[in-house]
Amino acid sequence: MGVVIQVRVNGKTRQHEVEPRLLFVHYLRDVLGLTGTHIGCETSLCGACTVLLNGKAVKSCTLLAVQADGAEVVTIEGLAALGGNGGLHPVQEGFWEKHGLQCGYCTPGMILAAVELLQANPKPKEEEIRRALAGNLCRCTGYQHIVDAVQFAAKKMAAGKR
Amino acid sequence: MATATRYIGRPLKRKEDPRLIQGLAHYVDDLRLPEMHYVAFVRSPHAHARIRSIDTTRAQTAPGVLAVLTGQDLDKAMGVIPCAAQLPEMKLALRPPLAKERVLFVGEPVALVVAADRYTARDAAELVEVEYEPLTPVVDPEKALAKGAPVLHPQYSDNVAYRWELEGGDVKAAFAKADKVIRQRMVNQRLIPVAMEPRAVVADYQPGENQLTVWSSTQIPHLLRTQIAAVLGVPEYVVHVIAPEVGGGFGSKLNVYAEEVLVAHLAMRLGKPMKWTESRRENFQATIHGRDQIATMELAVRRDGTILGLRCRILADLGAYYQLLTPLIPTLTGLMICGCYKIPAVRVEITGVFTNKMATDAYRGAGRPEATYFIERAMDLVAAELKKDPAEIRRKNFPQPKEFPYATPTGLIYDSANYQKSLDAALKKSNYRKLRAQQAKLRRQGRYLGIGLSTYVEICAMGPSSAMPAGGWESATVRVEPTGKVNVLTGASPHGQGQETSFAQIAADLLGLEPDDIRVVHGDTAVVPYGIGTFGSRATAVGGTAVYTALTKVRDKLAAIAGHILQEDPKRLVFRDRKIFLKSNPAKSLAFAEAVSAAYVAKTLPPGMEPGLEATHFFEPSNFTFPFGAHVAVVEVDAETGEVHLLRYVAVDDCGRVINPLLVDGQVHGGIVQSLGQAFLEEAVYDENGQLLTGELTDYAIPRAWDVPRLETARTVTPSPVNPLGVKGVGEAGTIGATPALINAVVDALAPFGVRHLDMPARRERIWQLIRRARQAGSRPTARRAGAGRDRRVR
Repeated sequence: MGVVIQVRVNGKTRQHEVEPRLLFVHYLRDVLGLTGTHIGCETSLCGACTVLLNGKAVKSCTLLAVQADGAEVVTIEGLAALGGNGGLHPVQEGFWEKHGLQCGYCTPGMILAAVELLQANPKPKEEEIRRALAGNLCRCTGYQHIVDAVQFAAKKMAAGKR
Repeated sequence: MATATRYIGRPLKRKEDPRLIQGLAHYVDDLRLPEMHYVAFVRSPHAHARIRSIDTTRAQTAPGVLAVLTGQDLDKAMGVIPCAAQLPEMKLALRPPLAKERVLFVGEPVALVVAADRYTARDAAELVEVEYEPLTPVVDPEKALAKGAPVLHPQYSDNVAYRWELEGGDVKAAFAKADKVIRQRMVNQRLIPVAMEPRAVVADYQPGENQLTVWSSTQIPHLLRTQIAAVLGVPEYVVHVIAPEVGGGFGSKLNVYAEEVLVAHLAMRLGKPMKWTESRRENFQATIHGRDQIATMELAVRRDGTILGLRCRILADLGAYYQLLTPLIPTLTGLMICGCYKIPAVRVEITGVFTNKMATDAYRGAGRPEATYFIERAMDLVAAELKKDPAEIRRKNFPQPKEFPYATPTGLIYDSANYQKSLDAALKKSNYRKLRAQQAKLRRQGRYLGIGLSTYVEICAMGPSSAMPAGGWESATVRVEPTGKVNVLTGASPHGQGQETSFAQIAADLLGLEPDDIRVVHGDTAVVPYGIGTFGSRATAVGGTAVYTALTKVRDKLAAIAGHILQEDPKRLVFRDRKIFLKSNPAKSLAFAEAVSAAYVAKTLPPGMEPGLEATHFFEPSNFTFPFGAHVAVVEVDAETGEVHLLRYVAVDDCGRVINPLLVDGQVHGGIVQSLGQAFLEEAVYDENGQLLTGELTDYAIPRAWDVPRLETARTVTPSPVNPLGVKGVGEAGTIGATPALINAVVDALAPFGVRHLDMPARRERIWQLIRRARQAGSRPTARRAGAGRDRRVR
């Protein structure tokens, strides 16, 4: 009764037989052991489970594993490789430099949502950053340092392209 | 001996971040053990009911199910959920971990299922059939006091949990000689803490070693260990608690929960590792709630604005049962009700009441946001009544800086402050005078700007043990390894506050090392000495002082060793750049690691000195600390829609000496935004049947990034005399100071409509109705659309 799915996660092809009702976030966490993706609400409201699916930031808690069949997925564990310099991704650096996190629970999802934003809009205004992150809740930071972190990353990425 | 300050006060980026930004940290739900089983709870759908029967047959026989247990199965296995608070003549309301005869709130666990995976456990939980006989629920705290109201705890005659009174000064005389008495009823609504990581517990029992290891998302690993041992009736040395990465607490994890002791019990009973992870719905129903007080404030004032006396009656909705500190929280409101004003006479009466809801307990600020809200709203009412500026009314009633330490009529000693200075700084930073002029101009155009002030003081660094339910000290061990690397073990249990960094800054300065030479360890009862934990803005002021003192002990010993080797007076040695050297002749030096090595090799120690290099200190504070500050909120209210646009927020806070300004800013920002949630968005709503209508994030709005403008923060620095670091604490400042500033701003904006008060959350429909009512009463100004073109709004 299982369904075989094949997903490319952080550059590696993975194939498993899964229950059709298995949530993608549980596939990542329990089957692949990628526990950097967190679960905060199971209703796609908090954004803690955000991953990049075919380049788009999606909430993996309301996605079935079978729906991800054939997709290319990046989780927080694979993000540094996207940065292209062997170290942290500029968004990760921004969160560290600007104190964009406290308890860290929302952070992986917040970082991936910010990565999607900067891919679509490399020079976002503060207002645009706040709008783009409206689907990701943080209870610790009050968001200001998160905005600073995204601005830091935008500058750093722009400098890297020149 | 001299110590250079090189890291204290600097905005170092955090040592804890690399693991958190790469998905390498481990929260409880990230742990997986061989043969681990999953626990799911069957919870009451009724607010008040008798349990007639529970049929577990179908669940028990479902494939993959290991066990199904009810309250009856646990009868002799465990005690009740503990409450550490004791007040005179307080009724007991202790809860068995699983309900037995009756349920008293929606979400109370009545049975549990253990299965091989989490999906199977949840499926099987739905197969448990519970037959209830519904009873009349008691939801409204005022109606709960009425004669004939159903009684929650039948061993008592009514729903009053306790009455608590406090009086200082001559209150009768103060009110007798007052020119005016200002009265207002205010509601401080029930809130849900919403830490981003729901609670989670993993437990593993090894019978050979007789060790029960419990990983829990908690703020108090040691207290939890003691209480698990007590509830399970096992020696404390059997229990080992680890708080791994904890995804936020805000007081909601400063507790001992039924699920924690049950999962621990199951690991011992069934011989398999157990995991339970809370769903967000469970988190809303069965993790503590905050606030929920109704207050009637009365201020006796002279015509010139001098406050002569204060009377406050508070009705505190405690919910159905006590959790760890439930009854105590409203008394903190009572103690802090005078705020930062010199009020010579005060009387507080608190009634704690049982209702069919989840327990209230410590939520960020815990009693002090309520006090600050009540007094700060009342001060604005005084200003409005006397037609004086709210800033001037406040200034008139501040104690002078030279009056500190200042004794309040509620029996506290405020350690140090300069309220005038922080108010001046906030007025200047916000350009207050210009704002008032702008407000007057806009009003003439039919636009409604509101300017709200809050000057607050909070009671922090909890606290002297004499005033705490179970110890208010904190511990630290500094253990220097033979190679010269340093472990700082703290009894505090940070979960986002950043003490792995700030304590390393303190250690680096005291020992003349780099922060990378130091590792701060916390949250593991087998590794760090007994500690109290992280809450009440205490970790740095109390825990940091323990670290500081343990460090000085280590440094003194090292200086004696180095002095002996160098043949110099230890008092003339300096610790810097990983070296210990003579102040007058830096060439005469010893590497830090060499001196440490000498302590372990033990061949060149001064005669009689014991080898090794480790020191422990239990710091007992002589008093609380009292951080303070002044906040200014600027809003514009759209009179057509009732929408509030938060235009500016200026916060000047004084938390004493600052170890790491980046971390302090982060705490202040986060606190202010939680306040904004209470002021404008959040409210836990139970309907008349006791159903939690705001049962998920779909129905309970916490602030999002676009609800918030850029916050403008600044600081004054008034060191605390209570500890050698001079720190006061900052974890709760924003949540305590900001709510009244925001509501005062909204009320100020609505003044032309004759509005003198509105209860939180100040949602637009509530504001729109107030404006509409004023207009229907006639003679009120019409309005133009406010904030045209702006898309940021508070919903």
